[in-house]
Amino acid sequence: MLIRKEFLSTVKDPRTRAILIAPVIVQSMLFGHAATFNLEKVPYALLDLSRSETSTNFIAKLKGGGVFQRVKNLGNSTEIAAAIDSGEALMVITIAQNFESEILQNRSGKIQVITDGRNTMTASVASGYLGRIVDEFNGAGKISLDVITWFNENLITRWNFLPGLMGLLSLIQVMLLAGLSVAREREQGTFDQLLVTPLSPFQILIGKAVIPVVIGIFQSTLVFLICRNVFEIPFNGSLPPLYLTLLIFTLSCTGIGLSISAISSSMQQVMVYCFVLILPMVLLSGFATPVANMPEFLQILTYADPLRFALDSLRRIYLEGCTISDVAFNFVPMLTVAAITLPVAAYLFRNID
Amino acid sequence: MNEKIISAENLTKKFKNLTALDAINFEVEKGNLTAIIGPDGAGKTTLIRLIAGLIVPTSGNLKVLGKNILGNEQAIQEKISYLPQKFGLYEDLSIEENMTLYADLHGVEKNLRRKRFSHLLEMTGLTPFTKRLAGKLSGGMKQKLGLACTLVRSPEILLLDEPTVGVDPLSRRELWEIVKQLVAEENLSVVVNTAYMDEAELCEKVFVMNHGKILKFGTPAEIKAVAENRCYRIKTPPNMPTRILQSILMDDKENVIDSVPEGNFVRFIGAANFNAEKFSLPVEKISERLEDGFMILLHDDEKNKNPAVANLKTLSLNEKYFISAEIDIEVKNLLKKFGEFTAVDKTSFEVHRGEVFGLLGPNGAGKTTTFRMLCGLLPLTDGFLSVAGVNLRTARTEARANIGYVAQKFSLYGNLTVEENLNFFGGAYGLSGKILSNRIAEVLQEFHLDGHEKDAAGDLPGGYKQRLSMAAALLHQPKILFLDEPTSGIDPLARRDFWRQITDLSVKGTTIIITTHFMEEAEYCDRMMIQDKGKLLTIGTPQEIRKNFGGENSTMNEIFIKIVENSRGGGK
Repeated sequence: MLIRKEFLSTVKDPRTRAILIAPVIVQSMLFGHAATFNLEKVPYALLDLSRSETSTNFIAKLKGGGVFQRVKNLGNSTEIAAAIDSGEALMVITIAQNFESEILQNRSGKIQVITDGRNTMTASVASGYLGRIVDEFNGAGKISLDVITWFNENLITRWNFLPGLMGLLSLIQVMLLAGLSVAREREQGTFDQLLVTPLSPFQILIGKAVIPVVIGIFQSTLVFLICRNVFEIPFNGSLPPLYLTLLIFTLSCTGIGLSISAISSSMQQVMVYCFVLILPMVLLSGFATPVANMPEFLQILTYADPLRFALDSLRRIYLEGCTISDVAFNFVPMLTVAAITLPVAAYLFRNID
Repeated sequence: MNEKIISAENLTKKFKNLTALDAINFEVEKGNLTAIIGPDGAGKTTLIRLIAGLIVPTSGNLKVLGKNILGNEQAIQEKISYLPQKFGLYEDLSIEENMTLYADLHGVEKNLRRKRFSHLLEMTGLTPFTKRLAGKLSGGMKQKLGLACTLVRSPEILLLDEPTVGVDPLSRRELWEIVKQLVAEENLSVVVNTAYMDEAELCEKVFVMNHGKILKFGTPAEIKAVAENRCYRIKTPPNMPTRILQSILMDDKENVIDSVPEGNFVRFIGAANFNAEKFSLPVEKISERLEDGFMILLHDDEKNKNPAVANLKTLSLNEKYFISAEIDIEVKNLLKKFGEFTAVDKTSFEVHRGEVFGLLGPNGAGKTTTFRMLCGLLPLTDGFLSVAGVNLRTARTEARANIGYVAQKFSLYGNLTVEENLNFFGGAYGLSGKILSNRIAEVLQEFHLDGHEKDAAGDLPGGYKQRLSMAAALLHQPKILFLDEPTSGIDPLARRDFWRQITDLSVKGTTIIITTHFMEEAEYCDRMMIQDKGKLLTIGTPQEIRKNFGGENSTMNEIFIKIVENSRGGGK
């Protein structure tokens, strides 16, 4: 009954309604396309030390792919740094001197690729493409591809990025929605009206929590569909572990949101708290940089960040096809956050002066 | 004749489909205090805002200080000061900083400021608090500071839009003393909107407005004269609450236009063809008041209006009405502290079943805190509190099932429809299925909300919102009904309907706890208590309190001020 009311007041509020669907689609598209925008013309510089038939064939194949555009021919390895630094080339492909001879001797011929990590998305996707061309070329022999990324050694691919977006977008929405729900009622005075009814704090909590959770999962589903159907990222996992992860994750976000709401007296206050929290949560989650590279005290802090474990699980499930038992260890910290914040919120509803 | 500083010809203002002002004509004289009185939505605020040049008339002419307002807004605004209903004080600035800021905004010369500031601070009694943050002031003090800020320069016209809404009688009196002093000292012209008749009585000229038209314009005496020879009173028979007799008279629409309780008597206005012989009780003729004239004007204008309440139990003079001995609310040594500050200090009282009990006190007296603890909205620091036989310390949830609560400002879900709101609150109180749908149908009819089921609650007019709040609070037929300033901001006719409903509920056995700033409304209560600074000053029937503190002829307002001042003076 309270859930029904929450649902009605959420969908009837045109402001809330507006943030339910459109931003998710727009943001997924933006994030997705930002990663793939310039893939038709990847500028690269070539350092062909082999100057052999095989290497020429390989280069022709590269050209035929239409993705890569040679902007410079380098004479020796000392010119590599200048080509990348200046931003002239996104990648430098170096074909080893013994490239042909190794292949002829049935050993692997070496191609070294140096990419510009400043443009992570394009660089990683470009090296992905290159890998595919190499694979195709491998019919004629073996080539080993050695990819080195400069400036940013943590390669993030679109495949890594978009499934993570399922968690990130629902985090923002769920926290705001849960946060605003109580604060809005406080501002309008309806919360008092709710508190004088015989509903227990637990019932109010459930009523307040269900809608953000449902909406969070709904939005993640939207991102999921965009991942699969627009960006065609292959889904290797199955749905039950994916949705279990999302459920636990949105529950913990709702807990944080409602706790914020319970201590805030106005909607602006909630907004401020949410944004102050969301940024470090995203930074600490490993969304952009791996947790393992952070200083130790920050790593400890990441245990309080449900997004970290959600991202890890989502990626594992989506990309690696992990099952529930594979990612179950990630549920513990998220459930702990939910188990602390939800009761705290319920207590604060009633016991704040 | 004095110089005319404001004059309007066929002044009309329309908002979309609504005509807020309908071709009105009037003139305001220099150096006068002019009051605008009228129910909610009469167009009072619109008129003030037009004069202030904040909105543009749809048609007609409006001249302020000899200039047509259209095209001269800037020049005119430099000579007028406007205090809106909610004045924009900067809560995180001190009193002095707020005044300096407004002086800067109005470009008041630095060398004039000190003299002006100290004069204003002295007048408003704010001198001891100049360093205090505006956000920490009581409602009355905030309003005085707002007035001081609008007066940092010397305007020719001062516009006040309901400056005393939500302000207690003491602060109200002080505010008016300031205004009157200004009129005398600076030959200021003041136009003020007000819901209080005693304030209108202080003015030289009064407009009575309704539905965008001016019903009458004249001196308070001229408006009073409308009710000449039509005012009477009846002494309440023993063993009958005054409220009951007042309701009986109110229901007698044929002979009675308006009635109000006053001590042991009920004052009423007879209809045009009134005949005192018809009454079984002795009727005594009395002198008229400004409010009587106002009520007659309004009543004549609203003749075709339907009554706002229905399904009332018929009251009769022959029946016995008494309050049960059973105790519904028991409060012992109630204590509430916010940090070091004691908001409610060891207060004890009892409320009987079916009683109408009033909580009164100036702003900051602790009545809201007491009220919120009684409803279970605020945990108590210490003491014993039982509501409908349930201890509130141990069983707040159970206690809440027995109470209904109407908040001060409209607090139902504005974007849900009337029906959805009722469904929700019914469900929250554990009603469902057939019982709930029957109860909803009943309250819709009872509060004349039928036909509005599908309207969004937030879009309803003020009076409807108030009735919807009542309907939602009464769905589960609570034993006790809590009402927090239910009548502030609603017009006098709707207020009569409201009190008629309260009388009906009490007759049916509902206990009612009510707070109000309208002291004359305390007369409807069986008993009331007055608090100040967290302490209980007095408790008793209106008659007892009147007898102990001032005598039969004082108004409740005067008695209230006397009680609070006595206690404050004694405390020094």
